[in-house]
Amino acid sequence: MTDPGRSERYPLRRRAVAGALLEARGDLLVVSGLGAPTWDVAAAGDHPLTFPLWGAMGGAAMMGLGLALARPERRVLVVTGDGEMLMGLGSLATIGVKRPANLAIAVLDNERYGETGMQATHTAGPADLAAAAAALGFPVTGTARDQAELEAAVPAIRGATGPVFYDIKVRAEDLPLVMPPKDGVLLKDRFRAALLGKGAGI
Amino acid sequence: MTAASRSWPEEIFAALAAQDVRQVAYVPDAGHKELIERCAAEHTITTVPLTTEEEGVALLAGAWLGGQCGALLMQSSGVGNCINMLSLARTCRFPLLMLVTMRGQPGEFNPWQLPMGETAAPVLELAGCRVFDLDDAAEAGATVAAAGRAAFEGPAAAAVLIAQRVVGMKTFGGPGDD
Repeated sequence: MTDPGRSERYPLRRRAVAGALLEARGDLLVVSGLGAPTWDVAAAGDHPLTFPLWGAMGGAAMMGLGLALARPERRVLVVTGDGEMLMGLGSLATIGVKRPANLAIAVLDNERYGETGMQATHTAGPADLAAAAAALGFPVTGTARDQAELEAAVPAIRGATGPVFYDIKVRAEDLPLVMPPKDGVLLKDRFRAALLGKGAGI
Repeated sequence: MTAASRSWPEEIFAALAAQDVRQVAYVPDAGHKELIERCAAEHTITTVPLTTEEEGVALLAGAWLGGQCGALLMQSSGVGNCINMLSLARTCRFPLLMLVTMRGQPGEFNPWQLPMGETAAPVLELAGCRVFDLDDAAEAGATVAAAGRAAFEGPAAAAVLIAQRVVGMKTFGGPGDD
């Protein structure tokens, strides 16, 4: 039986996890999925090489794939939530087929739809996202449930030959919103300018 | 091979290559078979098979962030799958070039294809895409070139709707089929 309140007792806290994933980010390219992961990544520090999604639910992993295929020499990290990942579950099959070595996906999994009233997602029940990713062809996968498992996961997320998928179980909690810019044209143009320089044609 | 003897998919391929398209995403359609195979054989192009069409809208936004142009191939039923994800292209003004083979046009044998066949063009326009009709195989290269310019020079979302009579009518060998 599923315990619907279990994620309220998980030890890992999402803002600290985002900070750990992005520490000394260097030339890392980041896409954040809509909702809480976008606020968490913003709380770790707004950056021109982060593309924070405010919509397009289900698209974060695929944006990461397009970016990873375009820039194979750069590490690409998608930080998203369990609800957003569930909506784009097929994209894990697509990524499994292309197997980009430079792509990692980290799901901040609180087992809730945090922006809409903390309703349970399927990961509060039987859905196991890391097992799904493994079954769909990701060579490096795992679930992190505490600080020690997080510390073991971060080097793989930041550097293992991918695609890498980690499901990080985080506490269900309401936190103050920390918002990045929301003008999509600005976010796109500043990312391209930072990555491509004059080649961005802006 | 002279231009006059090239097939319409070959003309489209040449137009994509001229636009420096590097990622071609698709949900297969019989009408796109030759173009998909041509793209897969081109070493400068990465082909990405999708589980559903909206994946391609997000994929190509990521490709553009990374400095690459792309194209998304689907049939008309796939347009319906893309609607919310098209908000990404519209809100951020990402370039998006879609090549849509039409089903559900006059002569269609499968009534389940009619809803998206009849609504693909207005739905795309409502979602903020420029729509280019391709009704004559001889215009394939020029139409895709124009749509590509609209997409990548805009930047904007542009869709080429390739008419069923260009693609050829699919049948299951029923009465009256030839």
